[in-house]
Amino acid sequence: MLEVVKPKQVLASLAVAACLVAAWWIVVLATDSVIFPTPLQVVRGIFEMARNGTLWAHIGSSLFRVGSGFLLAVVVGVPLGLLMGWVGGAFTMLNPIVQVLRPISPIAWIPIAILWFGVGDLSPIFLIFLSSVFPTIVQTAAAVHSIERHYIWAAENFGVSRYRLFAQVVIPAALPQIIVGLRVSLGVAWLVVVAAEMIALRSGLGYLIIDSRNAGNRYDLVVAGMVIIGLTGLLLDGAMRRLERLKVVRWRYAR
Amino acid sequence: MPDKIALVDVRKSFPTAKGTLPVIGGVDLTVAEGEFVAIVGPSGCGKTTLLNIVAGFVRPDQGQVTVDGVPRNGPGPDGIVISQRGSVFPWLTVRQNLMFGLNGRRPDKKALADHYAAVVGLTGFEKGYPHELSGGMLKRVELARALVVKPQILLMDEPLAALDALTGRQMRIELLRILAEERHTCLLITHDVEEAIHMADRIIVLSPRPATIQAEFGVPFAHPRDLSSPALVGLKASILREFGL
Repeated sequence: MLEVVKPKQVLASLAVAACLVAAWWIVVLATDSVIFPTPLQVVRGIFEMARNGTLWAHIGSSLFRVGSGFLLAVVVGVPLGLLMGWVGGAFTMLNPIVQVLRPISPIAWIPIAILWFGVGDLSPIFLIFLSSVFPTIVQTAAAVHSIERHYIWAAENFGVSRYRLFAQVVIPAALPQIIVGLRVSLGVAWLVVVAAEMIALRSGLGYLIIDSRNAGNRYDLVVAGMVIIGLTGLLLDGAMRRLERLKVVRWRYAR
Repeated sequence: MPDKIALVDVRKSFPTAKGTLPVIGGVDLTVAEGEFVAIVGPSGCGKTTLLNIVAGFVRPDQGQVTVDGVPRNGPGPDGIVISQRGSVFPWLTVRQNLMFGLNGRRPDKKALADHYAAVVGLTGFEKGYPHELSGGMLKRVELARALVVKPQILLMDEPLAALDALTGRQMRIELLRILAEERHTCLLITHDVEEAIHMADRIIVLSPRPATIQAEFGVPFAHPRDLSSPALVGLKASILREFGL
């Protein structure tokens, strides 16, 4: 995946975005909506929060929770996925459980999260962990399953120890796909931030959205929160994509 | 010379949706120490399966394979496979690939790797990654990685088939040069009769599936061989006649 961004493409996508914003603006003005904000009101809302510092606090809280939940999911999910991918018995034993737990939306876990962890930072972290741990496990196991057999055979041919087979062949061979999986998982984790922060105390972008709606119909801040979530998600994905440029994984994407 | 590799009545079938498919139907073969034997046969005749059995990756249903009189129970560094597809690890540099087969703590890993990189003409590419190399260079990496562990046997499964004709020809000559120095016992699977005549001491022709030995030809000519000499042209014609050509 070579990322060659041509100025023409940038211009085209900016033009589409400008059209959408214009359409939004025109519709709001045309319908005389009192509640739904214009783009300008949203931008003003963002600046207002940036000036009084609440914006950075909300972003910081959300990033902390998503970061913690996602990291926990990586620490648990990658080893478990490697085990399930490599040891047939572990896959047969654990895969049904993973497949049953995976489709349960993190939102369904909210009551249990409150019961177990109360209303604090732990609950949203737990929910974000749940949202990203299953895709991580599934993708890591699939990455190991898709290792081409001739690499394993070559390693066995040299009579290397099981440890070296795992460390020098299985993990690096699966790594490019594991990284793709982590990108997806982080995306899901960030996606769940609003739901997870519905039970958060006084901070976070999800809290900002819910609170702005509840405390006086500040829809400008609701949309501002949405825009910030979108932009932050874009930056997170960009950061994950940088991992794909590492030399040890480039071989897989270069083709 | 003593037998290095001995196959006694080796048979192998594979289960398919339509029942069992006999692939190898009883092969007896001995390869002497330091001998270069080429196995040619029609495509799909079970050549690769036979090589994988000798390498220890596939177990025969019947019969046995011995190396130095010891039954083969699995793959090991005494018989390294070089395949058409190639199995150079793309996540390791050339040097790391060459050092891969050297187990245990030994201080001379890097020196050995660099020595064999030089032998196959890879000097200057040690720090490069495989995806930065051409097909011919990759083949050299694979060959060097095998040579580093000083295997007694080289098992080659159409090693040059993926290369263009010119590069393949060049690699043959290089391989012969290296083998003249290192004296490995070699088993070469190929569909290229000329390649077999160019390199081998003895050529085995396999029958269509299930594979048995259909014919055997000695190639008693010193290297370097002139492939256009009447004797070799005649030999090529007799081998091709085995395929009905």
